[in-house]
Amino acid sequence: MTVTEAPNVAGAVETNARVATVLHPKGSYEVADHPVPTGKEEVWRFTPFRRLRGLQADAEFQPSAIECEWTSHEGVSIRSVGGTSEEADELRSLRGASGFLPNDRVTARILDEVPSSLLVDVAENAEVDGTVVVTLSGTDADVTEAGHIVLRFGANSRADVVLNHQGSTTIAQVVEVIAGDGSAVSVTTVQDWADDTVHLGFHHVSVGRDAKVKHTALTFGGDLVRISTSVDYAGPGGDAELLGLYYADAGQHLEHRIFVDHDAPHCKSNALFKGALQGKSARTVWIGDVLIRESAEGTQTYEMNRNLLLTPGSRADSVPNLEIETGEIVGAGHASATGRFDDEQLFYLMSRGIPSDVARRLVVRGFFGEVLLRLGVPSVVERASETIERELAITGY
Amino acid sequence: MATLEIRDLHVSVLTDEAPKEILRGVDLTVSSGETHAIMGPNGSGKSTLAYSLAGHPKYQVTSGTVSLDGEDVLAMTVDQRARAGLFLAMQYPVEIPGVSMTNFLRTAATAVRGEAPPIRKWVKEVKEAMAGLEIEPEFAERSVNEGFSGGEKKRHEILQLELLKPKIAVLDETDSGLDIDALRVVSEGVNTYQANNNGGVLLITHYTRILRYIKPDAVHVFSAGRVVESGGAELADELETNGYVRFTSGATV
Repeated sequence: MTVTEAPNVAGAVETNARVATVLHPKGSYEVADHPVPTGKEEVWRFTPFRRLRGLQADAEFQPSAIECEWTSHEGVSIRSVGGTSEEADELRSLRGASGFLPNDRVTARILDEVPSSLLVDVAENAEVDGTVVVTLSGTDADVTEAGHIVLRFGANSRADVVLNHQGSTTIAQVVEVIAGDGSAVSVTTVQDWADDTVHLGFHHVSVGRDAKVKHTALTFGGDLVRISTSVDYAGPGGDAELLGLYYADAGQHLEHRIFVDHDAPHCKSNALFKGALQGKSARTVWIGDVLIRESAEGTQTYEMNRNLLLTPGSRADSVPNLEIETGEIVGAGHASATGRFDDEQLFYLMSRGIPSDVARRLVVRGFFGEVLLRLGVPSVVERASETIERELAITGY
Repeated sequence: MATLEIRDLHVSVLTDEAPKEILRGVDLTVSSGETHAIMGPNGSGKSTLAYSLAGHPKYQVTSGTVSLDGEDVLAMTVDQRARAGLFLAMQYPVEIPGVSMTNFLRTAATAVRGEAPPIRKWVKEVKEAMAGLEIEPEFAERSVNEGFSGGEKKRHEILQLELLKPKIAVLDETDSGLDIDALRVVSEGVNTYQANNNGGVLLITHYTRILRYIKPDAVHVFSAGRVVESGGAELADELETNGYVRFTSGATV
């Protein structure tokens, strides 16, 4: 997992020394501080190393073979930083700009080696029209590369940003999200890769004072996709909503991990991840870690993961963890359930005359509907719905 | 005029071990406009009869026939039975998260009627039926049965009965768990359905109190998997007074 070090602001409200939890040891920017993982570590034990093409260790990062394009909007500046020697200082300043501090070798290497960063800068007070879409198209699965994206939302801004990942690549990526004080933003990362892609993604979200952030991961395509999202709070009153939807087919490994570090008082977090699996050895992993520090009085948190096994032979792991260091909270809870397609639901719908294929679609659509409803970015919802229909068609649902 | 004919029906339930025979030769005929009450003690096989008619995969018909207007019901899939005009109001309606009642009702009505009902007419129809069953309008946007109380689930079963207008309706302990007001509302719903559609009703119940609101043309006592005695409404009065002892003690298994 990612990150534990406090951003400076958090230090001001923290009354006790920060605790190093077992799951989230202290981080460092130095690559040498991080041994090559063996795969037995808690944070890696669900991930099949033999399919990572060395990303977890020291596979050489090659020049990028990913094509990148984006939409333009008033109040939003998007550019690649680091292409020239004049930008070297700026590039350095972007690394860890969200307070992200690597606690494993791969993320330390990304920040150490990445030659340029993509910076999406939303001006203070900007109310951005439309959805900002950044599309990353991989062109070669044999090219192993590192990526770094910084999404910086100015104070009191309003914006929706989508990162669309498609094509073939082998990528280790850090995405840093800085939601300024009072901002209300959404970030959606869509993994619709080709079948031969390997993607290790590490998102870190810093939620500003009274800011509201919705972070959504939608994962459909790719051989192995592992998205870790960590969240911390730069001040009180922050609200983080983490959504996820994934659909694994035969042979795919789709892993989502969240770590919400409640390190400021009166903040909220709510996570909802839903996944469907179909086909032989389709595999998903969901890890939900929530830490409520002693300073985080008035915290309100809830996390939920639901998995639907559509065919035999697939496997979903779901592990919620809640660590609470203060009793002065509003509420904390978690729920996790993994089940087969419910024959009783099917019988009920069919007993009303609904043919079985229509009934199955209703149930699966309903299952995902809750996430899509909360996602709230129409173009993304539409695309996700289409993808789900396509996935359903594979098994004849 | 529709007729449901059940002849010498034997049904086993699939368990982890060997299949277990529950129905042991049921004979029954229900025609349009008629109300038949099936009464019997717990475990007598009443619900098995209901689910077998609907085609639940857990129940295996080992012999006998069921026909609706001469068509072989047992050869039909679950959805085909519903489209042919059979309806089962379930004792324990299933929750389906994420599927709104509105979406569900319209999908079902489209399937059963063979075409999507005209939207304006449909909305009015649903609204009136809901009002008649004293269902709050906000239920239309809630997920099917999710978080509904027992009484709310039963009202929604009868709502579906009114909207899907089957030829023959099987009501499986629709009265269980209802308070007296809900029982009255639900019973009126059944009576409305029957009056409007000349429907045939097979009313399965453990208690006689629902028969104060829904008048049966015939009462059948069910014991050990078959009908052991049939009579008029007066048979229900006898059960009210004496219970099932006369039928269970004498039953041969």
